[in-house]
Amino acid sequence: MRRLIFIVPLVVFAGFIAATGWYIFEIQRDSQRAPNIVGGGEQNKPVPEFELPPLLDDLPGLATADFDGEVVMVNVFASWCVPCRAEHPLITRIGEEGIVPVWGINYKNKKDEAIAWLDELGNSYKRIGFDLSGRVGIEWGVYGVPETYIIDKSGRIRYKHIGPLSRSDLKETIFPMIDCLNKTPQAKTCLSGS
Amino acid sequence: MIAELGHFALVLALMVALVQGIVPMIGAARGDIRLMDMAPPAATVQLALVAAAFGALMYSYVVSDFSVMNVAQNSNSLQPMLYKISGVWGNHEGSLVLWVLILALYGGMVALFGGNLPPTLKARVLAVQAIVAVGFLAFLLFTSNPFERIFPPPLDGADLNPLLQDPGLAFHPPMLYAGYVGLSTAFSFAVAALIEGKVDAAWARWVRPWTLAAWIFLTAGIALGSWWAYYELGWGGFWFWDPVENASFMPWLVATALLHSAIVVEKRDTLKSWTVLLAIIGFSLSLIGTFLVRSGVLTSVHAFATDPERGVFILLLLVIAIGGSLVLFAWRAPSMQAGGLFQPVSREGGLIVNNLFMSVAAAAVLIGTLTPLMVDALNLQKVSVGAPWFNIVFVPLMVPVIIVAGIGPLLAWKRGDIRGALARLKYAALATVIITALVAWLAWGHSMGSLLGIALAAWLGTATVSEFAGRIGLGRMPLGSSLRRAGSLPRSAWGMTITHIGFAVAVAGITGASLWRTESIQVMRPGDTVEVAGYEFTFGNVENLRGPNYFIERGTFTVRHDGEVYTVMKPEKRRYMVQQRETTEAAIFTTPMKDLYAVIGDKADGGGWVTRIYHSPLVPWMWFGTLLMILGGTLSLSDRRLRVGAPSRRRAAAPAAAQPAGAE
Repeated sequence: MRRLIFIVPLVVFAGFIAATGWYIFEIQRDSQRAPNIVGGGEQNKPVPEFELPPLLDDLPGLATADFDGEVVMVNVFASWCVPCRAEHPLITRIGEEGIVPVWGINYKNKKDEAIAWLDELGNSYKRIGFDLSGRVGIEWGVYGVPETYIIDKSGRIRYKHIGPLSRSDLKETIFPMIDCLNKTPQAKTCLSGS
Repeated sequence: MIAELGHFALVLALMVALVQGIVPMIGAARGDIRLMDMAPPAATVQLALVAAAFGALMYSYVVSDFSVMNVAQNSNSLQPMLYKISGVWGNHEGSLVLWVLILALYGGMVALFGGNLPPTLKARVLAVQAIVAVGFLAFLLFTSNPFERIFPPPLDGADLNPLLQDPGLAFHPPMLYAGYVGLSTAFSFAVAALIEGKVDAAWARWVRPWTLAAWIFLTAGIALGSWWAYYELGWGGFWFWDPVENASFMPWLVATALLHSAIVVEKRDTLKSWTVLLAIIGFSLSLIGTFLVRSGVLTSVHAFATDPERGVFILLLLVIAIGGSLVLFAWRAPSMQAGGLFQPVSREGGLIVNNLFMSVAAAAVLIGTLTPLMVDALNLQKVSVGAPWFNIVFVPLMVPVIIVAGIGPLLAWKRGDIRGALARLKYAALATVIITALVAWLAWGHSMGSLLGIALAAWLGTATVSEFAGRIGLGRMPLGSSLRRAGSLPRSAWGMTITHIGFAVAVAGITGASLWRTESIQVMRPGDTVEVAGYEFTFGNVENLRGPNYFIERGTFTVRHDGEVYTVMKPEKRRYMVQQRETTEAAIFTTPMKDLYAVIGDKADGGGWVTRIYHSPLVPWMWFGTLLMILGGTLSLSDRRLRVGAPSRRRAAAPAAAQPAGAE
């Protein structure tokens, strides 16, 4: 009887390990059901409810209702953000070549500064939402500018890239994903992560 | 080249640790002194190799070698030197190298200072220590190589997370790790003792300094982390019961219990298997904490799922280290002889109360930390086990601990005289009532729960002081001879007194800071004035400045009290250029009785700024109390009894000298 007491810690620990093992199994299965590519909670969710006024007089703003039936890229940018400057030529070319419509969210930026920035560096955005307070950015889960999202035909966020885009990101991940989302009605099959 | 040398040194260290883990163990089993004698030089060589690897990594950071991926991801050429260096452990791989370095350091110290340990025990302790090192070195080399190169190297690095660019946090991880890993030495002693099948007073005396050192570092590490959260996160809070904090708090609770139960083993040769179990649990909780923090389970379930390799590896380490030692415990501990008997009311009894409640508190924190993860995995719903739950469970557990900590030191070993002890505490009880009444009068209408905290703090403080006064005969003999008695008290007695007083001061501080805080959050335009707890804060202009790698927006508050200018506070908001992240730098004005605390936040629509202002009474007591606890622990650690390692002849004399109160 006395000996049994000394086994108690071992039994408790075995329980702990069993629970942890099962926990890992469970989240693995969970993640196979809805795979994530970059981590973070926004993937595979519909875009949030929002409405942003236009930044420029001659380009429309951006709202939830605009995401309807086509694959689009949403780029979050600001004139004070140095990496945005670095990736901007790539973003502009994607828009100009018509690979995918590129929509912009201008994040926590003064209006005149943002307009001057676009004048200097070029603008191929089809829509730009003006998010001065950064509220909508929070809804989207922005936590560092620049960020780039890919939204599928049903209006769900399928990919999120944090930081400036590089050529290899585009070639290896983003273009194949856009291609796949355009071709297949079943968006989920595009999400193998390869 | 330097990075490759560092990598190579790590591989060699793994080889040496393997040898150190196996050969002395065989030697101890066979009684072959030559094999056992291998352990100390192996431990020294292992230390030298790991130190070389750490040096190589640090060199890569100092010269900003961005061809090393780890440096490129976590440093930047603009960063001040302090943060280039602290960047070494500000990331997963580097922090593991630091962990292994400290582990090797403790091993080296056991080899160096363990001259009078019995040879078999010493060989086994060093072997167990080496086996733990093997696990972590393998983890480092196979899943988290810090020396990996990147090609082409980037022009500049990605910068250390701005929140970590802070002096408080620069030293927080090394302290904490020194604490975590210090418990590994207690663990090694426990496992070695189980293999030997012998736990006696001498064993307890050898374990205690290592546990004490670990406890001091853990206390300092937790306090630094809490201090950092207080001034850097900008919410005026100092403890959030978040899982990362809990991961360091659980080992602290168990280490506190272990310190106290080791005294019982040392003086009374009893509670042996319990003490061994505590030593195992203390390090196990350090490992579990590492698993929680390092596997990514906490940051996001998905981060773990995308890269389960590390998590599974640590889990495997847990199973081997904890599971193995507990199997050993179940097998060997029952044969250990129980020592002296004692009455419930006795010094031992008091220490058991401490042990019991500290362990239950650690278990409660563990359950509270893991439950949300489990519930989340079950897909039931999101529950958050937040601060209210922890406060409800934790505070009642600490009440008896504090009450008994006041009485315990007055009780004799074996059989205590509770009436006599209480009679000697009558002045303390009186002082407690007076202080509590005074505070109740001052804080009338505020939270009445705070009175409990103040009463407990007053009780522990005054009881500890009167125990000390009684011990040096204050009032019973001339002052001169009292002082002489105080001077000749062993440092461990001083250590206990100072630590308990420090704990009392910290309890008062925590009570004041949590329950008496006044806060005011509003939008202010330049020229606006807000009154908080009798202080008028007038918001001045906001200036734009530049730091080395960030931009600054600095607000100015002129604080008036009773119509006179009291102080000027300048909180900052910083935006780091590389990562584009913002941090708040609170302005804190400290006086002995309170902190004034001001933060500026975002610009509001229409020209104003969001500002947060706090009046936090007794916050400085928290930090001062913690300092006293660290000082007390250090004094106790420097006690001659522990330093000389207590050969048996002195051992007979020491307890008598150390316990004049118990002998009375």
